[in-house]
Amino acid sequence: MPTLETNFVGIPCINPFWLASAPPTNCGEQIMRAFDAGWGGAIWKTIGEPITNVSSRYSSVDWNNQRMMGLNNIELISDRPIEVNLREISEVKRRYPKHVVIASLMVESNRRAWHEMVQRAEEAGADGLELNFGCPHGMSERGMGSAVGQVPEYCSQITEWVKERAATPVIVKLTPNITDIRMAARAAKRAGADGLSAINTINSITGIDLNTLEPRPNVDGKSSHGGYCGPAVKPIALNMVQQIMSDELSVLPLSGIGGIGSWQDAAEFFLLGAGNVQVCTAVMHYGYRIIEDMQDGLLAWMRGKNFESLDDFRGLTLSKVKEWKLLNLNYKIVAKIREDLCIGCDLCYTACWDGAHQCIHLDRALPEPDITRTPDVITEESRRIISTTPIAKLDVGATHSGAMERTPLSRIPRVDEHECVGCNLCSLVCPVPGCITMERVDNGLPPETWEERTSINSSEP
Amino acid sequence: MSESTGFFEQAPQVSMIAERFPDLHPPLSECAALVESNRCLYCFDAPCTAACPTHIDVPGFIKKIATANLEGSARTILEANILGASCSRACPVDVLCEGACVMHRYNRQPIAIAKLQRYAMESLHASGGKLPFAAGKETGRRVALIGGGPAALACAAELRRRGIGATIFDARPLPGGLNTYGIAEYKLPLAESLREIDLLSQLGVEFRSNTIVDAVMLAELERTHDAVFLGVGLGAIHRLGIPGESLTGVTNALDYIAEYKSGKITTAPQNVLVIGAGNTAIDAANAAVRLGAKKVHMVYRRGPEQMSAFSFEYEHAKQEGVRFLWYVQPASLQGTSSVEALELIELEMTGDDSLVPKNSDRVVVPADLVILAIGQSTHTGFLGNVAIELDRGHVLIDRVTGQTSNPKYFAGGDCTNGGREVVDAVADGKRAGTGIAAWLEGRERAHT
Repeated sequence: MPTLETNFVGIPCINPFWLASAPPTNCGEQIMRAFDAGWGGAIWKTIGEPITNVSSRYSSVDWNNQRMMGLNNIELISDRPIEVNLREISEVKRRYPKHVVIASLMVESNRRAWHEMVQRAEEAGADGLELNFGCPHGMSERGMGSAVGQVPEYCSQITEWVKERAATPVIVKLTPNITDIRMAARAAKRAGADGLSAINTINSITGIDLNTLEPRPNVDGKSSHGGYCGPAVKPIALNMVQQIMSDELSVLPLSGIGGIGSWQDAAEFFLLGAGNVQVCTAVMHYGYRIIEDMQDGLLAWMRGKNFESLDDFRGLTLSKVKEWKLLNLNYKIVAKIREDLCIGCDLCYTACWDGAHQCIHLDRALPEPDITRTPDVITEESRRIISTTPIAKLDVGATHSGAMERTPLSRIPRVDEHECVGCNLCSLVCPVPGCITMERVDNGLPPETWEERTSINSSEP
Repeated sequence: MSESTGFFEQAPQVSMIAERFPDLHPPLSECAALVESNRCLYCFDAPCTAACPTHIDVPGFIKKIATANLEGSARTILEANILGASCSRACPVDVLCEGACVMHRYNRQPIAIAKLQRYAMESLHASGGKLPFAAGKETGRRVALIGGGPAALACAAELRRRGIGATIFDARPLPGGLNTYGIAEYKLPLAESLREIDLLSQLGVEFRSNTIVDAVMLAELERTHDAVFLGVGLGAIHRLGIPGESLTGVTNALDYIAEYKSGKITTAPQNVLVIGAGNTAIDAANAAVRLGAKKVHMVYRRGPEQMSAFSFEYEHAKQEGVRFLWYVQPASLQGTSSVEALELIELEMTGDDSLVPKNSDRVVVPADLVILAIGQSTHTGFLGNVAIELDRGHVLIDRVTGQTSNPKYFAGGDCTNGGREVVDAVADGKRAGTGIAAWLEGRERAHT
């Protein structure tokens, strides 16, 4: 039986699923319910001098009627007194000793303030500390949050102050709102951080109300840039995690954050080296209960892959992410369309013609291939067809069964394999799983990268 | 006398009919329309569009629903089909757009195209019902359209958009032909047909109602107009040719449907027999059930496999409570002054598929009302001396232009195709409209 037990920055935990510092970890009552649901740990909503929030605070990007593909917020850190948060940390730790509670901290940038905050959090019983150098809105205007994370020197300085006093592990949370996240990661590592967490939210304006012309989220007719998160940011997060985990000067145990809502998302972060993951938006959308499938699904996948623990597959994909110049230029794939699965939507056809390389054709019903028929020719032909309703008593052979069971050959596209560049687009737009596959073509050429090709050329006289 | 607006207000308001013939398929809510529209794959050269006789850009109008561009959605529909609203209710979509949907081969549930189309059209009506395009610059040309059904309406719209005058001559008090008087009320209410025609009136189509065009008038119209469009539909329903057919209580399906739709009939007697098994027969039988008949039987010479009604119509009739007498042939109608019973000969199929009497016995079925629905004759007598080629009473046309063998005459709809659907008539009328415009233009070029 595989296990999800982990040890992150020296803190053992029943599973790698932690709640990120955010509204789902606002108070002890919530966190205890989350632990009951199965979450292994929680980063307390950032503790600091209580702030005043605005209303409203969130807005989202919907996509094709799916809600919250991306979420943004302009909420600040905890609005509750420090002592209330610390008292509740003690209470949670007393009741849930096996679960992990990390105190997320953000105070003004002076050594004394940080020392005092660190000491109070640890006295309250926190298992570790997360330094919020990432919050991109509001707090940054006051010289905190991403204002620290964006300047490596500040990041180093504060991490050093915290390490001077901290007895528990120190995790530095990084902002993605920076040209190269490795600069901040290196600064944290230099200053002695025990771990990193990435990414915090991304600067964003989610949308504008086209009736009122006011931006969202609307605060009395105005808005401010907010932190973007949710499924939309996962690819950005994965890239930054890979950058950090592949950089010797940056690499530390990393808690992966950004658009994680399923066990598959989590597995991808682990494969790029994350030690555990933090979740927020998916819980804000569906509640703590999503943890059940995250654990269950990950374990099932691990069983299928014969992985006993997270350590068995952590970072396995890192070595497969390379610079472009190291990719094999002689690797050739082409699209194959399975006609028994093709439903004849011809989205691959239009995508190839308008968005790729014009090598998919609708000529299978013709006597011979014809690559001269453009999409316009085909639609014009259809427009001229005279169609009538099939009526049994007027039309010999008219059937009223309705749906055509098989896709007519004229609608099943043909890939010109000679011209196909193997870009994948057709297989990406195809709505039928497994219908378009990208198959390797043996071109007899040995692997050759751009780096190799150019170095050979430059070595020639 | 021109009545260019306000047909909708003239619709008879009969609460009994409205209560007994509510929408068979209720409209989509905004939320349901959004979900459904987002399910559409947006196929290239979509099969639904090809299957539609009017070639409505189905994925185009559905995507516009998804983006809340409802005005644009209605425009996309109307550009292709000026009767998009009634087609959304009356079309047998199982054998047209929805039957062609690629979803059948994917997750099996086709996109609810008809309901989405109705949603877009009703949104247009709800927002004031302004036609999203205008008449063309007046050319001074005029076309007379005989018959006011879907073919003529679609032809008139095409003509007006090209600045050609269009006057519709119709025998009935209200325009729309079978669209107004002949489609089951639970599919397309009479008032909805009129509402749509009001939209069309905005293009400046002129209507002459209660006007029966005979040979004399046709000659006059030919003389005073640049072209004539024939959209007269079919003629009367065939008679059985058996004793007792002139008894009271014997009617035909088209009259029966028209009369209940316009509120002239609001009840049905105990025992109703419908002779025939086509779509119109089913509409009449279902109507008799809803109007209160205790027993409604459909009487057909053959079995369910041979009936000409669409299978979904047959299923619907069974749900309504209609019963069926298969393999029987009417022999006589019995009664003193009004019909009391129908005498039937039982038939059986021989090896070569022909029908022969099973025995010499007769079955007598009680009947208070007998509705004939055994097909329509053709209607061409009014043509008089006008030389137009016919094929078994149907007007022969060039399918692309709608032109008849007489170049000044164009035709479309049931009188040319033998009796199809509203959408086929609209497609015919649309092609004829562009055909007439092209012909007039060509003639003008030849003269200058």
